[in-house]
Amino acid sequence: MSGRRLDAGGRIDRGNRIAFTWGGRTLHGHPGDTLASALMANGISIIGRSFKYHRPRGLIAAGLEEPNGIVQLETGATTVPNVKATQIELYEGLIANSVNVKPGVDFDLMAVNSLFKRFIPAAFYYKTFMWPNWHAFEPSIRKAAGLGKAPGAADPDTYEHRFAHTDVLVVGSGAAGLAAAAAASEAGETVLLVESDSELGGGLLAETAAIDGTEPLAWRDAVLFALRKRSNVTVMNRTMAFGFYDHGLVGLCERLTDHLPPGKRRGPRQRLWKVRAKRVILATGAFERPISFAGNDLPGIMLASAALTYALRFGVAPGRRVLVATNNDSAYHATCALHDAGVEIAAIVDSRSEGSGAAAEATARGIPMIIGGAPIKAKGRRRVKGVTIGHAASGRTLRTMDCDTILMSSGWNPVVHLHSQSGGSLAFDEALGAFLPSKSAQAAVNIGAAAGIFDLDTAIVSGWAAGRGEDVAAPCPIPVGPTRHFANGDTRAAKAWVDYQNDVTAGDVQLAARENFRSVEHLKRYTTLGMASDQGKTSNVTGIHILANLIGARPQAVGTTKFRPPFDPVTIGGFAGRAVGDNLMPLATTAAHASAVAAGAQMENHGSWLRAAFFPRAGEDEHAAVTREVLAVRSSVGLFDASPLGKIEVKGPDAAEFLQRVYVNGVRNLKVGRCRYGLMLSEHGIVYDDGVFARVADNHFLVGTTSGHAAAITDILQEWLQCEWVDLKVLVENVTTAWAVVNVAGPKAREVLAAVGTDIDLSRESFPHMAYREGQVGGVRCRIQRVSFSGELSYEVAVPWQYGRALWDAFMRAGQPHGITPFGVEALMAMRIEKGFLHVGSDTDGTTMPQDVGFGSSMAKKPDDFIGRRSTMTPEGLRPDRRQLVGLEVLDGGDAIETGAHVLAGDGAGPRATQGWVTSSVLSPTLRRPVAMALIERGEARIGETVKVWDVGKSRLARIVEPRFYDPAGERLDV
Amino acid sequence: MFDPDVTSPLDDGSPAITPVGPVSRAIIRCRASDIDLVSNRIDIALPRAACRSVQDSGLSALWLGPDEWLILNATPADSWVSELSARLDGALCSLVDVSHRQVALSVHGPRAEDILATGCALDHSIAAFPVGMCTRTMFAKAEIVLWRTGAANFHLEVWRSFARYVEALLREAESER
Repeated sequence: MSGRRLDAGGRIDRGNRIAFTWGGRTLHGHPGDTLASALMANGISIIGRSFKYHRPRGLIAAGLEEPNGIVQLETGATTVPNVKATQIELYEGLIANSVNVKPGVDFDLMAVNSLFKRFIPAAFYYKTFMWPNWHAFEPSIRKAAGLGKAPGAADPDTYEHRFAHTDVLVVGSGAAGLAAAAAASEAGETVLLVESDSELGGGLLAETAAIDGTEPLAWRDAVLFALRKRSNVTVMNRTMAFGFYDHGLVGLCERLTDHLPPGKRRGPRQRLWKVRAKRVILATGAFERPISFAGNDLPGIMLASAALTYALRFGVAPGRRVLVATNNDSAYHATCALHDAGVEIAAIVDSRSEGSGAAAEATARGIPMIIGGAPIKAKGRRRVKGVTIGHAASGRTLRTMDCDTILMSSGWNPVVHLHSQSGGSLAFDEALGAFLPSKSAQAAVNIGAAAGIFDLDTAIVSGWAAGRGEDVAAPCPIPVGPTRHFANGDTRAAKAWVDYQNDVTAGDVQLAARENFRSVEHLKRYTTLGMASDQGKTSNVTGIHILANLIGARPQAVGTTKFRPPFDPVTIGGFAGRAVGDNLMPLATTAAHASAVAAGAQMENHGSWLRAAFFPRAGEDEHAAVTREVLAVRSSVGLFDASPLGKIEVKGPDAAEFLQRVYVNGVRNLKVGRCRYGLMLSEHGIVYDDGVFARVADNHFLVGTTSGHAAAITDILQEWLQCEWVDLKVLVENVTTAWAVVNVAGPKAREVLAAVGTDIDLSRESFPHMAYREGQVGGVRCRIQRVSFSGELSYEVAVPWQYGRALWDAFMRAGQPHGITPFGVEALMAMRIEKGFLHVGSDTDGTTMPQDVGFGSSMAKKPDDFIGRRSTMTPEGLRPDRRQLVGLEVLDGGDAIETGAHVLAGDGAGPRATQGWVTSSVLSPTLRRPVAMALIERGEARIGETVKVWDVGKSRLARIVEPRFYDPAGERLDV
Repeated sequence: MFDPDVTSPLDDGSPAITPVGPVSRAIIRCRASDIDLVSNRIDIALPRAACRSVQDSGLSALWLGPDEWLILNATPADSWVSELSARLDGALCSLVDVSHRQVALSVHGPRAEDILATGCALDHSIAAFPVGMCTRTMFAKAEIVLWRTGAANFHLEVWRSFARYVEALLREAESER
């Protein structure tokens, strides 16, 4: 219990109280508080337990660089795991809990890990892969890993996406960012200014120095007032720029309702922006560096800048007796401001041997100073109680001091994440002890502290210059003094934390260097330094300093790990946006969908289409329904919705020549009004698609494709025409959804079609099998192809899409006297297996060539080249033992063999090589026995051979046969 | 005669989004050297400028590519495309009836640009996307043709199979502020 609310100050509404719940306790804060500031004001020191050792941890920072203060926000479906207390705006009724604790944050059983720390060093789990046995450790490691708990229920919130375009995007609303936005908008450019925080102003929110004689926030308000009057300026708070991608694309996450009590949230929770900016101005500021020393993770030890923000912005004192450890001047300003706000300062410990120019301020306030000293070891268990101070150069103990708070300042790290993500390079600055943006790879510029410009007035000048598109001034860093580097053998490194979030100490960096993980990327993976949601915001540069010192390299040579988006965690729902539920993928329905549903269709997804699988009647299971549908088609007539089958118009004087080059089959000699079954290959000679094409006129073909391939084949045809065969005069147009198609099939199909009414002569002589006719049906223009996948007399009747449902209904009425039966994809598949018709994708895979599926001779006869032909003649294609498509008669009766069952060589029980597998299989409703198709090595030469098939744990006997089980002569088609 | 009872897969209109009534559509393709001849035969000058459109007495021609145009006829007729086809006899071009392939939505009003910006990556500001501009682009995962017919009016063509998907997303965007 050390933090407390100051009597005055801060940008909080002291007149209003907000009740919230922390770990089951009701506490109070004020509007304007974050959860972090409210917890501190309530004297809460321990916010959570550390990731690995479960050590008690408190707040380190006040902004999004906070590594420790991770909480579980709210409960149930809306719970958010791993959100930082410093980013949560306090609202009435807020519920938050610690993460990674059992049973509670104050007494945590897993803290026992801390005792075993020396046995579980960095990368200990990698080592269990080698010895003694990873599997012995895996369950407990998996259980212990992770922090918060993911919600168990579906996310009830909605998220939106928005694209935007702007001339200038300014990231960060500190003094430099505000100046840049003002300057850029003056000239009339469109400006988008974004700020991650709820309140605009950045560092000005905890600034005491005047700007041009004006209070910092009054200066901010004046600039904002001017900006908001300009119609070319958009200002967005609660909006974090999380990623800088190619071509000026910046990802933003706008938090719309997170700051409101759950009951008052309306509309989307967050909006993900994808902004294209002609210029990007990065005013992202800097993060202060902690100091590594033993016990520096005790609650009560935090960044000096954080304490300043808590005091000036939130009116909260971090402790009652504060010791400040620094190696630079910035902490002096913070200390004096804290002192002026009423916080007792024990001393400033400055590692520099010479006094600082800033010391006069502190001396004037009577603040004791220890020059040339540094913290060596913090004391305390649940909060810091005191500190041993040593000589900075030698480490010799000077004295101990009591304190309940230690503020650290080891210098500043410019926030170069977005600059680096955009491809910009970095250069190590010796004075600053950190990396500065160097060259930009895109139209982007850094200003203010992000550019190493720490002087407020110069930062504003840099903003004005960048806004106008002029060059930005040189950096003016805050120089840093000596920093402890933990040479090998320095055992205090074992408890000197570098990365708080991932529980990595200076000792772990020593270990990595000793084991020769000298690359900074290896250091990261080996020790987890800079991993996870924190991505090393406060720790990376410190880690690089230590590694550089250990391996005798300069930090510039060590470099940084790659900065990856997102800069700070973005909820996964934000990336999903509206693409959830029914909006995940477009789902297409056919024109007759409603009629099929009314007839009891069981719908299934086929690519983007919803298609009827079967039409069960009361009491029927799938098998019974499919059997009834098949028998109806075989004995009388059935109706199938074939609308999703691809239809591509190919027109032009060179249409026949073009398709001659596309299909395995001949095309040129096809007569007008006739259809042909065709096979298309990929350039690799692999069977890609099949379908029926019709010659509508000399210069006009209608190409049919499988339902899933219509768009892809259109694209392939366009590509050949646009890139390779530019001399051919051909138009290709995908008209799949322009025409609705019903397939009427069965011995009575002709009578039903005639009853529906058509002006086309349907007689066997004038409209034979594999013919194409145009005319009218039911008073509407139509295209009819007499083709069959079922093996029965069959017409595919196409009408303009809007007449599709009327067409379906007309067939159902006209077919009533014959008991017309709607059938689905499953019955059609059963019938085509009975006929032995190929189904591309079932009976072929990514290795199947046309010679494997019975097209060898027609290929050989074709004189011309076609797509994929050469690839069929590679040594692989000519191999004599290729798997070929054959039929399988199951000799032991019983049920259908499972698709995928393997044909095994020889006898015996042990494992042996496969000779192929079953590709299609059905318990034939017509023949009442199991039949199958299979790809089997040298299958065509083995017709008649009996083989063993390993069918889900059973060996079954089957005979290799021609794949034609039903009506092998095709007599039923020619009626 | 069959009733075209599935007139549109879309629901009734909302303040900013209205289904556009039946339209006859055709895709025409021809080479640059034949543009004048084809234009004369079909009574509308096919635009040569990229992503621009021409409107002439109920007909609209939208540039989709250097050799490709979408022709819209606000007075729909099943026979229109075959009549056009007859008039083009002998000209080196190809014409395909796509009347029923796609449907159209009107997105209009002061929020039209914002609504489109939820799913389409283009800059819809009047400066970047002036009246008369048309382009084939994506809305979320669906291909669309987007055509600005007025300062606050967009005509959106979408394939019938994707229409419900696009409409649902647009309506959700319209409902959120």
